[in-house]
Amino acid sequence: MTTSHTLVAEGLTVGYGDRTVVHDLSLVVPPGSVTAIVGPNACGKSTLLRAMARLLAPRGGHVLLDGAAVHRTPAKALARTLGLLPQSSIAPEGITVADLVGRGRHPHQGLFSRWTREDDLAVAEALEATDTVQLAERPVDELSGGQRQRVWIAMALAQRTDVLLLDEPTTFLDVSHGVEVLDLLTDLNRARGTTVVMVLHDLNMAARYADHLVAMVDGAVHASGAPADVLTEACVRTVFGLDCRVVEDPVSGRPLMVPIGRHHAGRAAAGAEPDGADGADGAVGAGSAPDGAPVPAAGDVALVGRGR
Amino acid sequence: MSAPTTTTPRPVASGPLPQASTAATAARIAAGRRGRLRRRSVVVAVLAVLVVVVLLASLMVGRTFYGPLEVLRVVAGQDVDGATFTVGTLRLPRAVLALVVGLAFGLGGVTFQTMLRNPLASPDVIGITAGASAAATVAIVVLGLSGTAVSAVAIAAGLGVALLIHLLSSRSGGAGTRLVLVGIGVGKMLESVTLWVLQRAGQWDLQEAQRWLTGSLNGSTWEATWPTAVALVVLAPVLLARSRDLEALRLGDDAAAALGVRVGRTRLVVVVAAVGLIAFATAATGPIAFVAFLAGPIAARVVGPHGSPLLPAALVGALLVLVADLVGQFALGTRFPVGVVTGVLGAPYLIWLIVRTHRAGGSL
Repeated sequence: MTTSHTLVAEGLTVGYGDRTVVHDLSLVVPPGSVTAIVGPNACGKSTLLRAMARLLAPRGGHVLLDGAAVHRTPAKALARTLGLLPQSSIAPEGITVADLVGRGRHPHQGLFSRWTREDDLAVAEALEATDTVQLAERPVDELSGGQRQRVWIAMALAQRTDVLLLDEPTTFLDVSHGVEVLDLLTDLNRARGTTVVMVLHDLNMAARYADHLVAMVDGAVHASGAPADVLTEACVRTVFGLDCRVVEDPVSGRPLMVPIGRHHAGRAAAGAEPDGADGADGAVGAGSAPDGAPVPAAGDVALVGRGR
Repeated sequence: MSAPTTTTPRPVASGPLPQASTAATAARIAAGRRGRLRRRSVVVAVLAVLVVVVLLASLMVGRTFYGPLEVLRVVAGQDVDGATFTVGTLRLPRAVLALVVGLAFGLGGVTFQTMLRNPLASPDVIGITAGASAAATVAIVVLGLSGTAVSAVAIAAGLGVALLIHLLSSRSGGAGTRLVLVGIGVGKMLESVTLWVLQRAGQWDLQEAQRWLTGSLNGSTWEATWPTAVALVVLAPVLLARSRDLEALRLGDDAAAALGVRVGRTRLVVVVAAVGLIAFATAATGPIAFVAFLAGPIAARVVGPHGSPLLPAALVGALLVLVADLVGQFALGTRFPVGVVTGVLGAPYLIWLIVRTHRAGGSL
């Protein structure tokens, strides 16, 4: 099953109060794929996402879902096609996981309509997909951060939208839970063809999990395309003002960004050979050719493995 | 392009496709949900029965005791020697007014608490009730108005206070400490306006002062009851119809909007309806202390966190006013106005709530 929903921003200008955050931005979200938006703090990533989900009215331009302006679409109708997981949500005191996930059915329910079997199935499916079935009857406030985030994602899944926007779904999660969440979103995309658009902080995770990477700076798109084309040393320097090396991720083959910083840069600058005892740190510097182009090297994997 | 992502076999149970087990899970979830719904319905029914029982009791109890049969005959419009005047003219308007304002305060209060996601943000804590009360005092004492005109002035003032608090605290966004503190300040100012008006006009008698500062059911008449009853019939369905949207709003503005709730419009409708209820009730009895503040949390405690607290909170509000009035009239030797009794109940809870939130590290 693939979705053919097109989500497009055209000349979009959005802001809060007298501050314009996103200026004249155009973006095409490839249907049925995973898009990650990266960029420095306050570059307008979240604002863009909120505007795409109709939470902010554009000052100029528009967001089009299947050709129709999002902010003129009835809110409930839109919420059946496009879901959003905001950065921070509040779980009402004492609410159980099943009840919270059930809230995701809101756009499918009318004023007097009863809870249907369809609703129960959607909730069950969302719980299974996020591996939270065994938590169903537990109060949300008793859960760990990772469990809670999975429950919020389950709520968004229960909404059963073909397009899902997520604002930093991995914040507050440790690395294993973060990977788990991104795996889950990939599953969702592969199995259902859900179009996923997420704002991510971690460049390397974004490059690994996205089919389409968008780098933003100062409220505009700096570069977009396949991760290998977007995540380059030059791009990171422009967007984040950071010197780095980009090497090949030994696991996924995607680009992997290694920041340089003011300390610990000796090997990166000199391109020194590892002496074997340095383990993973040395391997990164050595794996890259002096011009910064990623060099696929089986030795990297071996060295990383040994270093741990 | 980059190399394809390596796929490792995943455990079947965590795949996103519907599994054979999904139906079973759905059945279990449905069972849990039905169980909670049943429990909730039972509790709401019990609350409703209690309201009716206390209402009947307040018609029966007094200087002369009348049995339930006599009371029911009077309510049905039959002529019962002695009881027709005592029950029909004295007790019935008082009991019905207690019921109606209790429902109105409970519903209006819990609406604010739910919408602003803060148990302290009830209209009697953040000054909206005090505004309605001050306006009603001015309308009656200074402008010489009566009846629905008083209610109209009270509503205008209530909405004005809501807007004022919103403007004074909006920069912080949401319902944080700032809104509550600004509201408490505005409320105190308005209470002193009430006192000042009563004193200036030379109408400084204890009865009146008590009514407009803490609320009282003394001297209840049908004329005072009707406007609030009509307001309740009109406005309560408006709020109950929005209860699902209000429930979504508890998840946060963004989350609610993502679920298809029109946040701004819902807020506007809900605030106007809730202020209307509070203002009509206040114009009839004065600001019966802490009923709006207590009803929601008590209802949440009794019903649990499942489903909307609006209806149970309205019932708890009615129960609070009815019971407090009975206690104030007959249990304490001297007759106290209802607001004194609810005030004694509410103040310790307010302190406990502040201490608890403070201990939990929250900001009020």
